[in-house]
Amino acid sequence: MTAIGITTAAAAAPANAKPWQRAVRRLLKRRGAMVGAVVVLFFVVVAVAAPLIAPYEPVATSWSAVRKPPSLEHWFGTDEIGRDVLSRVIFGARASLLAGVVSVCISLACGVPIGLISGYVGGFLDGLLMRITDALLACPFLILAIALAAFLGPSLTNAMIAIGISAMPAFIRLTRAQVLNAKVEDYVEAARAVGNPHRRIVLRHILPNILAPIMVQATLAIAAAIIAEASLSFLGLGQQPPAPSWGSMLNTAKNFLDQAPWMAMWPGAAIFSVVLAFNLFGDGLRDALDPRHRG
Amino acid sequence: MFAYLLRRIAIIIPTLVFVSMIVFGLQQLLPGDPALAMAGEERDPQVIAFLRTKYHLDQPLPVRYGLWVEAVVHGDLGESIRINRPVLDLVLEKLPVTAELAGLAMCFALLIGIPAGVLSAVKNGSVWDYAANVFALWGLSTPNFWLGFLMILLFSVRLGWLPASGYVSPFEDLRQNLGAMIMPAFVLGNAIAAIMMRHTRAAMLQVMGMDYIRTARAKGLAERIVVIKHGLRNALIPVVTLGALEFGQLLSGAVLTEQVFTIPGFGKLIVDAVFNRDYAVVQGVVLCTATAYIVLNLFADITYFLVNPRLRA
Repeated sequence: MTAIGITTAAAAAPANAKPWQRAVRRLLKRRGAMVGAVVVLFFVVVAVAAPLIAPYEPVATSWSAVRKPPSLEHWFGTDEIGRDVLSRVIFGARASLLAGVVSVCISLACGVPIGLISGYVGGFLDGLLMRITDALLACPFLILAIALAAFLGPSLTNAMIAIGISAMPAFIRLTRAQVLNAKVEDYVEAARAVGNPHRRIVLRHILPNILAPIMVQATLAIAAAIIAEASLSFLGLGQQPPAPSWGSMLNTAKNFLDQAPWMAMWPGAAIFSVVLAFNLFGDGLRDALDPRHRG
Repeated sequence: MFAYLLRRIAIIIPTLVFVSMIVFGLQQLLPGDPALAMAGEERDPQVIAFLRTKYHLDQPLPVRYGLWVEAVVHGDLGESIRINRPVLDLVLEKLPVTAELAGLAMCFALLIGIPAGVLSAVKNGSVWDYAANVFALWGLSTPNFWLGFLMILLFSVRLGWLPASGYVSPFEDLRQNLGAMIMPAFVLGNAIAAIMMRHTRAAMLQVMGMDYIRTARAKGLAERIVVIKHGLRNALIPVVTLGALEFGQLLSGAVLTEQVFTIPGFGKLIVDAVFNRDYAVVQGVVLCTATAYIVLNLFADITYFLVNPRLRA
């Protein structure tokens, strides 16, 4: 956080502004990040208000409207058993956003404390935790998530746990690296010198100062988690039918690509839009919190 | 050099031990009795008793782990309960298919990502830079299975140029093989190209600000030579090393790509195994991919060490 205070961009802000106020000001100036934030907000509203805005029940079938192309009655068309694609895309936002946020929360809840302990304690424990993290990192993200989801059983909850565990090593590594840098800073030395216990030093002095890069990583990890959930659902290991999810909609759509391409278009476009929005926002947040990344 | 090699190899041993623990531990996640779960629909007590003995489920956990590691070290990754074949044979059979797909995808990634990264860095702040960054964001945000669908719709359904699915061995018919692999390889390489573009851009921006670049320009060298010979050659060292780290992403993407294009590779093997409750195959694939990742990173580190004179000094 100290780097924020010495940037030229910050110099333009009022001298009495706090570092986070300067960061927010920089974030607001980044057009890409703001577009991303608006799109994310749009999808959040869609997910929350799904029962109010969806024109049909997402699981309601109609044998008289099987694989109908987009029309005024069904804006995004219908699927292989006559369900309204728009309604399913709207309700599918719930599964995707929930999976993105919950799995990243799992990664944060497990990864950050492990990283804090590893970086602060050091020595043998650090070596041991890092080798375990290396082992987790060595297992490709989706392959580990598939394996975990396979052994836990296919469901949205298990998919979120699997994605959370698979994404955790990145948070352990990041937190540990930040702690290693922070623990040699003067303010930590000072906190130690006045007799603060280790737990207080870690939680009250180090953690608040290393939150910025963790927040950036979390935002970008949500984008990756949404793709991972869609991938697991696409493979049949996430949200189970008939509950709507963008990934499972694509799984069904692959059998009707030449007859009903709209079945694949809309859920894919929804995944792309929300992931792009999180990436835009994450990139902007990174630039705002650490202006050294610009250029 | 020798000391570095020994130190680097020494680090991977505990990592491999923990990988084996994770892979073995996966089986413990099975809810209830693992023998019952493995038996699936089969409820014959004799079958369950057989599975319990075969997988040493009647033994304490550490003993089971020891026996499993002993078997793995001797090349025995277990047996597929669905097709009664050794897992290692299945993995070795599917490996060349995924290796070809991954190799072609990496070619696409390098051919697109590196020039785009160089262009973006050299024309920093221009329309080219903006376009390259948009391309990177597009690559990072597009689910590759959806991109696969879009390409099938365009090149197979609408234009009829390329087959939508299937695989032909290059030893049978190279032309058909390339025809079938070009779309999946592009789809898989797309996201990696975006990552390579970002790495290349960052490395080039750093290198182009160095004193030796200013000296090269001061000598009157053509800008093309300055960029390629003096800039890119130095920027490529970290890019290639970071590229090796993308191997995991490549394998993860291959699972989905193979599913979309019905390619009988590693990814299809693990997905089919999951639905057949063929847990030994799932464990085998995770163990092999993790080991391959560790070994590949070891090679990348050694290469980095060899090509960087400052590290050797």
